[in-house]
Amino acid sequence: MAGDMQSARGTSRLYQGKGPWLLLPAWAVIGIFLLLPVCLIVVYSFLTKEFHGGVIPEPSLAAYDQFFFDRGIFGDDPPRIEWNYIEIYLLSFLQAGLATLFCLVIGLPSAWYIATRPIRLRQMLILVITVPYWVNLLIRTISLKFLIRDEGPMNAFLQWTGLLDHPLHLVNTSYAVQLGLFYSYLPFMVLPIFASAERFDIALSEASADLYSTKWQTFRLITLPTIWPGVVAGSILVFVPSLGAFLAPNLLGGAKTYMIGSLIDEQFKGAAGNWPFGAAAATILMSVVLVVLILNARSQIKLKGAG
Amino acid sequence: MRRSGLRDMPGFAQIFGLCVFLLYTPLIVIAVYSFNASSSITIWSGFTLDWYKEVFTGIDSQKYRDAAVNSLLVAVIASALSTVMALAAAVGMLRAGSFRGRSISFGLIGLPLLVPEIVTAVASLIFFSFLGLSGSFLTVLIAHTVFCIPFAYLPISARMQDIPDLYETAATDLYATKWQAFRLILLPMLLPGIVSGYLLSFIVSLDDFLITNFVKGNGFETLPTVIFGAVRTGIRPNIMAMSSLLLLISIVLVLLSYLIGRQGREKFRI
Repeated sequence: MAGDMQSARGTSRLYQGKGPWLLLPAWAVIGIFLLLPVCLIVVYSFLTKEFHGGVIPEPSLAAYDQFFFDRGIFGDDPPRIEWNYIEIYLLSFLQAGLATLFCLVIGLPSAWYIATRPIRLRQMLILVITVPYWVNLLIRTISLKFLIRDEGPMNAFLQWTGLLDHPLHLVNTSYAVQLGLFYSYLPFMVLPIFASAERFDIALSEASADLYSTKWQTFRLITLPTIWPGVVAGSILVFVPSLGAFLAPNLLGGAKTYMIGSLIDEQFKGAAGNWPFGAAAATILMSVVLVVLILNARSQIKLKGAG
Repeated sequence: MRRSGLRDMPGFAQIFGLCVFLLYTPLIVIAVYSFNASSSITIWSGFTLDWYKEVFTGIDSQKYRDAAVNSLLVAVIASALSTVMALAAAVGMLRAGSFRGRSISFGLIGLPLLVPEIVTAVASLIFFSFLGLSGSFLTVLIAHTVFCIPFAYLPISARMQDIPDLYETAATDLYATKWQAFRLILLPMLLPGIVSGYLLSFIVSLDDFLITNFVKGNGFETLPTVIFGAVRTGIRPNIMAMSSLLLLISIVLVLLSYLIGRQGREKFRI
């Protein structure tokens, strides 16, 4: 019976009719202070820039024009495609994609390893991964920078062991940014994969082994498709924040390796900023993220339909 | 024998080891070097507590103390507000049957987790400037309350899902009012989830840099924003000491939240 199933999952109708009232404070706060402001970004991206920051309430396409087209110094040349900003976006995509890939390569086996340990050990190991997840991202990034600096402990160690004769130059390169993204979001990959791997029924693997499949065949054909939702969730949790990351590119990349986060940040800092342009850049980022989320939701519906 | 064989994939244990090594090495290194006597900070030259002393009594200590007070005030109030709203929302989602707008509420409560942080930061800045509110304690507090809601909501709703409504139903059958059933039955059983949600949003608030940096305005600083300002000119040992202290606080709070959450689960295993 539907009612029984509901109470079994901890839901009930005890406060029937009060639902909207109970949700009202959360709805109102998130609606007014997040949903509305996000919509306001889109509006601001179509307004005119005011010098010294801020906007003039006059409709304008200047921000998007500046993003996509180059019209020369005086603005009267025939428009050509402006690659500068598109390149920053493509580069951010590449960085975020690579970070997702590396997190997957390390995170998937780690999550599977934890999920297959006995219960006590499993709880302890997952806690070991959870702690860095909650530790201040700024401090984690600073720690990483300290470790990999030219004169930092890592280079001192590598030179001491004789593996290198001169320091490995990482800070202010895109490799450092990549390492920073990977390091920042690795726990975001492990936790969701672990959550689906923990529910995996090992009897499925046994059945597969009984039918003479090798260990790897079983993992690839039985285990991986079963824990796939966790893999997708983990990938989104790494990809989306990596795409808009600010701290890793800013602290580890220096001025040369620019990502979307720094581009947007700069538009709102001081008199050199350009609010409509920053709002346009944020709108474009938000649209990309929305597409990723919608694609994911659609594939999940398809999965449910097929299963 | 075969059972464990299927669980163990070759190389996975080593990769897990690497994963833990990568996650913890930078944190351990910075904690160790915060006790380094040399101010050139790369070469180890003996143990000292000087950098910790400098954090508390040095030239900049007043700035750090103010920032710490601000951080704590914001975290205490923002997580209290968001926990209360998350609690009401969880009761609405899980104890009020189905109604219009219930399914969209999942999305709305989770929204702060889906919007990229830089977009939230820009959105809040634009919105507050649109309202004519200049950056201050109030703007930071509002922004933190918003993004803390999902972090408070998740442990509370997870816990509530584990509690069947038969205890509350029994109470109302025995003529308790709904408010009494909530206060005397559900609330005590939910307590571990509530504490865990409060602590998690506390940590998230304490840790936030990007959104705070956009909405704080001039003159109002929290610990992450002063630390960010200080590392622009290089990583000084006193910053490492302060970072290690913050690390310690985060770790203690996470462990506390975990232990309280687990204790609760074991007590009410149904």
